Amino acid sequence: MAARILPASDDPIRPEPAQSLGLSLDGAPLSGITGQTIAGVVLASGRLSWRTSSHLGKPRGLFCGIGVCFDCIVTVNGERDVRACQRRAVDGDVVESQHDALPEVHL
Amino acid sequence: MIGPAATKRETAPRHMSGASADVIIIGAGIIGAACARSLARAGRSVIVVERGAAASATSAQGEGNLLVSDKAPGPELSLALYSSTLWDPAVRQLRDELGPQFPSIEFERKGGLVVATTEAGAQPLLDFAATQSQAGVDARSIDAAEAHDYEPELTDNLTAAVFYPQDAQVQPVAATEALLASARLAGARVLTDTAVVGAIRDPQHPDTIIGVQTAAGAMYAPDVVIAAGPWSGEVAAVLGVTLPIRPRRGMVLVTTRMPHKIFHKVYDGDYFGATQSSDASLQTSSVIESTAAGTVLIGSSREQVGFDEQLRVEVLSEIAQKSMRLFPFLENASVMRSYGGFRPYMPDHLPVIGADHRVSGLWHASGHEGAGIGLSLATAEILTAQLLGESTPVDDSPFALDRESLAPFLGSAA
Repeated sequence: MAARILPASDDPIRPEPAQSLGLSLDGAPLSGITGQTIAGVVLASGRLSWRTSSHLGKPRGLFCGIGVCFDCIVTVNGERDVRACQRRAVDGDVVESQHDALPEVHL
Repeated sequence: MIGPAATKRETAPRHMSGASADVIIIGAGIIGAACARSLARAGRSVIVVERGAAASATSAQGEGNLLVSDKAPGPELSLALYSSTLWDPAVRQLRDELGPQFPSIEFERKGGLVVATTEAGAQPLLDFAATQSQAGVDARSIDAAEAHDYEPELTDNLTAAVFYPQDAQVQPVAATEALLASARLAGARVLTDTAVVGAIRDPQHPDTIIGVQTAAGAMYAPDVVIAAGPWSGEVAAVLGVTLPIRPRRGMVLVTTRMPHKIFHKVYDGDYFGATQSSDASLQTSSVIESTAAGTVLIGSSREQVGFDEQLRVEVLSEIAQKSMRLFPFLENASVMRSYGGFRPYMPDHLPVIGADHRVSGLWHASGHEGAGIGLSLATAEILTAQLLGESTPVDDSPFALDRESLAPFLGSAA
């Protein structure tokens, strides 16, 4: 039987009802629902960027959205360089944005 | 439509249809771009024909190295030292010419640190640096404490270290595009997606080339330059001559972003040996640096497998293993991607810059192996002087196609 013929009411693959959750980004509280990524929660709050590039300080946020580009990295509960697009948000997460200034080169 | 028509030779076919110029350059990598700029600024009308996109192959597939540290005293080092003096003024000129809207070519004289990690490797590195110093390279032997001052994350297992402040880098695609933009401002035409399919020879003098047939029609010029990197051998064959350039593959690993922990170009002392080897089988030697974005680039590998582009995990594995000998912290780094390409390999490890002694009007600017980005500006200055009949800024005889070391590899003109 093709999947599309299955009535929705009989579909065994159903998500649990969403629970609300809260996290903080640089101290500011944001709310989302279980199942969202950290990037999803932040985007839903209306914020499009949360990192600055080292060279020119340009804004960076979700670029590829699928874990490839590493543009969206944040610090989560003290762990650096976490891809916001890949990490499921957990209630109480403490998220901090990252900026690494270019180093002075010692010649 | 392309500036002054070719008039400096009687063979210039003014009566024929098709585009014409003083010089046709085949290849819009960094060598072709630098030559186009230099010739156009010298007043020559130039057409660059490129079968794909500009800076789409070898020029986009390396690390943008401008190195003197990996070169032994000899003609290539002389060329590198001369080219090193050309970059600073060229960067200023390009910025002035192209304006602030043009992307930066990210020229940075960040310096190179070559280290040995074995007792056996220490003395050869120090001896090598001493010969370089005598040849005019700024090569500073430093102790382990100084090395850790330069690179705090470097392994404690150091047996020797030499710092080379002249080593520099550019973003090679941006540099190629900047050189092409400058060439265009001086009147050059750059025709991409235009493959060369044959030579046009002078009917009265079959040993003289007077143009090329391309996918976009005939183009005429009294001088034709092959600057097609690893594909120069194929282009030469299309034009009817033999050129012994082969592809030498390399791969680079890219880590995810991290706080900057590596501040210079850092090489294992055995890098020079790998560059000079003629062995076709896989050789790897660590070349490690951070980019401005915070990723770490980890090279290098050399192998002769034709133009095979398949991912080879065993090569990446060996590169990764060796990198941890220099920077133990890389053990915990995540790799984001890898890339690679083909270096134009000459059997005697020297580029070919100058006239083809078999075909009048044919010139070469190819075969720089892994050093073409750095050597591009010097190559362009030499080729321009040769084409204009002026004396060259450095001795060009070691780069002549009819040098003794190439004789066994050259067929006769077809």
